[in-house]
Amino acid sequence: MTNITAILKKEFRSYFNSPIAYIFITFFLGISSWLFFRGFFLMNQAEMRGFFGLMPWIFLFFVPAVTMKLWAEEKKLGTVEILMTLPIRDYEVVIGKYLASYALLAVTVLLSLVLPLSVSLLGDPDGGTIVSGYIGLLLMGGAYLAIGLFASTLTENQIIAFIFGITACFVMLIIGEDIVLFNAPNWLFPIFSYLGLGAHYSSILRGVLDSRDIIYYLSVIGFFLTLSSVSVESRKWR
Amino acid sequence: MPLSPPSNFFLDISIFLWYYFNVSFINCAWMVRKRFMIEVRELTKSYGPTVAVNNVSFDAHAGEVLGFLGPNGAGKTTTMRILTCYLSADAGSASVAGYDVFEESVEVRKSIGYLPESAPLYMDMGVIEYLNFMTQVRSLPKSERRARIRAVVELCGLEDVIQKDIGELSKGYRQRVGLAQSLIHDPPIMILDEPTSGLDPSQIIEIRNLIKDIGQEKLVLFSTHILPEVSATCSRILIINDGKIVANGTPEELAGQAEGEEIVHIVIRGPQSEIEAKLDALDFVSQWAHVETDNGVVGYRVTAVQGTDAAEALFHVVVDNRWSLTELRQESVDLEDVFLNLTVRE
Repeated sequence: MTNITAILKKEFRSYFNSPIAYIFITFFLGISSWLFFRGFFLMNQAEMRGFFGLMPWIFLFFVPAVTMKLWAEEKKLGTVEILMTLPIRDYEVVIGKYLASYALLAVTVLLSLVLPLSVSLLGDPDGGTIVSGYIGLLLMGGAYLAIGLFASTLTENQIIAFIFGITACFVMLIIGEDIVLFNAPNWLFPIFSYLGLGAHYSSILRGVLDSRDIIYYLSVIGFFLTLSSVSVESRKWR
Repeated sequence: MPLSPPSNFFLDISIFLWYYFNVSFINCAWMVRKRFMIEVRELTKSYGPTVAVNNVSFDAHAGEVLGFLGPNGAGKTTTMRILTCYLSADAGSASVAGYDVFEESVEVRKSIGYLPESAPLYMDMGVIEYLNFMTQVRSLPKSERRARIRAVVELCGLEDVIQKDIGELSKGYRQRVGLAQSLIHDPPIMILDEPTSGLDPSQIIEIRNLIKDIGQEKLVLFSTHILPEVSATCSRILIINDGKIVANGTPEELAGQAEGEEIVHIVIRGPQSEIEAKLDALDFVSQWAHVETDNGVVGYRVTAVQGTDAAEALFHVVVDNRWSLTELRQESVDLEDVFLNLTVRE
């Protein structure tokens, strides 16, 4: 546990030691609020649905940017050699790095709370859907991060890690969308609609916190973290 | 001035004996498990079709500075990566500090301080911040962390740069931060991969002295492809080539076993045919060859059987025949020849 916290602290601090965290937070909040308010005044409705609807697509580009450096940079610099010869288990490093990226995402998402605050100044939005929306956001973001982290373990090039991450997240997102589902063979329909990242999110957005959705996100996170551990260990395969 | 009085002397002796007995007893108990600090048996590792490490076996004791010498790509780094549990091997076994490298990897990593090639560090971290991170992931007790950081900063001469970011440091200082990092938990075994590469001559000497100091009490295994480095720092040398250990011994032993022969350069002024007939006749001369000299006098490179004092014998031959001697020089067979002999394949 102390090992995980040490890695977590180091990675989290390194986000703020470099411009990454500041640029990420600024642009994420800037772009998402601009896109949100653009439609907000046209609709003239005091609700956050537009914001939450945008998020799967904004996350698609922003989240892999957070995770791309986590392993790729270590491999490029060679620091992974010191890191992986410390008396730490591989999965502890994976979890530590994951939690650090999660902390950055959580900070960003919390900062976006100014949006519901300003909306509530202008009208009377439904508090329940906003709370469940944020819970959905944190769960879905966690899944994106796990996929991005796995993409980062595959390569030592950050740009490739970024593109892998976007592609993997995109595939996971799109298979649950109607356009794919209607064209998919019948026997794949239930599998795809269950696996899609977006479908569970939209059911949470409706204000229904179903344990199946929470379990879905937790298992996606667990699955990709396990894959990351395996990928990190693969250097030792005979 | 008389030596210390006899009563004290006997006291000293008895304390010494008691101490010695205890220490050797404790050592015996340890030795059941830890006969060697590093024990490598028939280690083999290949990357696809290329065999990087081929059937390598060696041992190392505490208090040794072991030089791992070999041309680039000989398998030094791969061996070190296996010992530090970064990679695993295809076959063979290795144990470090009594723990199996493949089975008890966390214990092994605890007892090793490792500096990979070219000291990879986090460029955006401060020196102190980095060392502090290392004390955390090495799980040093909180109360000792400050003292350990202070100790390694002092040992590696980092006082001037502790406020800086690692990215701002010169190559030499980065190397020292890397060393500090590997020493932070006071490990019994240090594994250093080319610790002096890319440094300027005075920095090289500093790092070498540091290695020597560390080697007083720890086992240091360091790799290099620079020859003078090993004779300057090592108590034992392992020469590795094409993934195989080709020589293992102290610098003196290796220089001694170079070849079973002596080589003498001799330039004689006298009747050439007679000299050559004489050289053929001498039984300790195994072969000879003409050597060009500047002033037109014929010189010879005489290869003689070892242990015959060929230079002196040749001198007597010249004197007995009343020729005159213009040059007599014994070619020194040193580490460089050993290295070239063992590693260059025609």
